[in-house]
Amino acid sequence: MEVCGTHTMAIHAAGLKKLLPENLQLVSGPGCPVCVTEKSFIDHAILIGENYQACIVTFGDLVRVPGSFGSLGTFRSEGGRLRVVYSPADAIDIAIEEAPRATVFLGVGFETTVPTIAVTLKMALARGIDNLFVLSAFKTIHQPLRILAAKEDLHGFLLPGHVSAILGSDCYNYLVADFHKPGVVAGFEPLDILLALSDLAEMAASGQPKIINDYKRVVRSQGNPAAREIVDEVFEPSDALWRGLGNIPASGLALKGSYTKFDAAIHLPVEVPPARDDPRCLCASILTGSKTPDRCGLFGTECTPEDPVGPCMVSSEGTCAAYYKYGAA
Amino acid sequence: MCLAVPMQLVEITDDGIGKVDSAGVKAAVNITMIPHARVGDYLIIHAGFGIEVLDREEAEIRLDLFKELAAACEAEEEA
Repeated sequence: MEVCGTHTMAIHAAGLKKLLPENLQLVSGPGCPVCVTEKSFIDHAILIGENYQACIVTFGDLVRVPGSFGSLGTFRSEGGRLRVVYSPADAIDIAIEEAPRATVFLGVGFETTVPTIAVTLKMALARGIDNLFVLSAFKTIHQPLRILAAKEDLHGFLLPGHVSAILGSDCYNYLVADFHKPGVVAGFEPLDILLALSDLAEMAASGQPKIINDYKRVVRSQGNPAAREIVDEVFEPSDALWRGLGNIPASGLALKGSYTKFDAAIHLPVEVPPARDDPRCLCASILTGSKTPDRCGLFGTECTPEDPVGPCMVSSEGTCAAYYKYGAA
Repeated sequence: MCLAVPMQLVEITDDGIGKVDSAGVKAAVNITMIPHARVGDYLIIHAGFGIEVLDREEAEIRLDLFKELAAACEAEEEA
């Protein structure tokens, strides 16, 4: 299983699946932060925008994800204030521009992205920014990885490259110790991925699992301790709801201590009704590697990148988007 | 999960902020997380933040391996 959505895209963009032998099957995992975000998060963001006339600040590929009553794009077209950013640090400048209006950054991301928001909030605290908030849907990879490692039909893991730059290649040793399964940390060039898959296949066949770091130019065994320290100052583990995996304890991140002043869920409360996903959408199964997009009745017909039903078709790292754009093997 | 690109650090401007060069265009990047970064280093940049410094030696080893593989493929095709 390739855990990371960026790996999914890289594999499809380079047409790697067609090169693999028949007895090596690669399935995509839940490492697409937009894809694993529950529909109710979009609804929550829009409700805050509407009820508080807040300016919603977001990464680009969240804009067209369908909510229960439309997307953030719909919210914008109906007069809502929405700003798209490449860097979370821009949320501070936007908050200053928009003051005294509440400015809410939508916190979607894994361990690569979380430190960037942590640094941003440290800066905001130091500068006394009062109208900036974060709505957290941040997630961490180890708890779901443990759940997936227990699955009998998965024999090895292509581990994320840049999440590992933060966490370090040593953090995955439990895959071997507790589940007897191999993992290889890989880069994103086609040859990086093929070399990693070759290592994985060898270990799966020999029954001698290890964790191998095949992305040594970026990933250290201890990762980036400075980044992790900053995250620990700002966030603490919390429960999180994952599309496809349900509620997983300690797999999310919540603001803590002095940083709770930035928590949008606390300071801009709204009533969020339970969301209902289209029962025909297979995103949940696709995210756990049990089904592939071509098995979905909506794929390419009712669900396309222009007119998506589920987030896997919208996200720049979504498995359905990869299949659609590059053609399924 | 992590789209990130390598760019060279050409200047350290303020506390925790540097400038990277991208095809002649200079862009600001936050280097708070990588206090060990020095001008001339290649940084891995995600969402406007440097998250790690590229290990030059390991990068050369990998690039050499890519070249070796490419040469082996060419040799195979010509055979």
